[in-house]
Amino acid sequence: MKAFLFILLLAATPSWAAGSIVPKLDIGKGGQCVEDPQWMRKNHMHLLIRQRDETVRKGIRDGKYSLKNCIECHASLRDDSVIGRDDSFCQGCHRYEAVKIDCFECHSGKRKSAWAQSK
Amino acid sequence: MSNINVQRRQFLKTSVGLAAVAVAPGMLLFEAAHGQSAAVSSKVRWGMLIDTANCTDGCNDCVAACNKGNGLAGGLNSGGLSPTDSQWMRKVELKDMRGGRTLSLPMMCQHCEHPPCVDVCPTGASFKRADGIVLVDRHRCIGCRYCMMACPYKARSFVHEPLHDQNPDVPRGKGTVESCTMCVQRIDRGQQPACAEACPNKAILFGNLNDPESEIARRIRTVASVQVRADLGLNTAIRYQGL
Repeated sequence: MKAFLFILLLAATPSWAAGSIVPKLDIGKGGQCVEDPQWMRKNHMHLLIRQRDETVRKGIRDGKYSLKNCIECHASLRDDSVIGRDDSFCQGCHRYEAVKIDCFECHSGKRKSAWAQSK
Repeated sequence: MSNINVQRRQFLKTSVGLAAVAVAPGMLLFEAAHGQSAAVSSKVRWGMLIDTANCTDGCNDCVAACNKGNGLAGGLNSGGLSPTDSQWMRKVELKDMRGGRTLSLPMMCQHCEHPPCVDVCPTGASFKRADGIVLVDRHRCIGCRYCMMACPYKARSFVHEPLHDQNPDVPRGKGTVESCTMCVQRIDRGQQPACAEACPNKAILFGNLNDPESEIARRIRTVASVQVRADLGLNTAIRYQGL
């Protein structure tokens, strides 16, 4: 039974890990991420949820795991956004994994500088 | 016997003290290494003193600055104030029916020390930050609007329509309640709230009520000022002079 489960787990390993079909993402500026990219793929939601409570409740705004920092580096250079297109940084992967993102119902998906210019 | 106990107590006290001394710098270093500044503290209590004598009748600059700074439509983008637009700040005209004296003043969340909105919130979304700013944590808000009922100042608004193109510093969304945040994102950067900065007559004085040396504390000590509905005992952070 255990062996069966293990095989099932192997079969369920995401395909980017297996190196086959990978969603092609527009990573924007990119560069050195705050953590290892592979680790971030798995854990970014935990970092964001912790940081959001620290910011909203305690007013700590300079933590390095902030959503704004993610957007700053990873918003597309074409439209300054992490959402909106099939290859946008957040949307591309979430679409591939069929996980709904609620963040951008309230948060802006745009880089701050681009938002300020459009005003 | 008692002698031994005293020694034992002393020993425990010293070891606990030593342990604290050993651990504390490590924790500080941890915080520093993770690039986090200190959380807001209750040593500060942000407040405002509004001088009604300097608030001009018909002037709407504070409201406009509030709408612009927080990305509220406020009638600017929507071609007139829609009935469902959020209103964080509004101008109120008062008239003494006997004497005929008129007054104009801005009204917004009064950032109570004992906020009724926080008392009634079923999810803990409505909360008061350590520095006295009353906020809605929209991650927890379920949009029940109890807080809007509880607020004696009608300070809160509900977002009815889907929003687009929010200010990256001021996330807002449909289905949640919101109100004046005293421009918390600006305060955390060391700036003043947008309304206080925009007032052409400097009628809105912003500062730390807990610091006896601050301009606002000095003014409150020397001039007569009142809290609106002081009878409710909420101890508001917004005070009005000449009301």
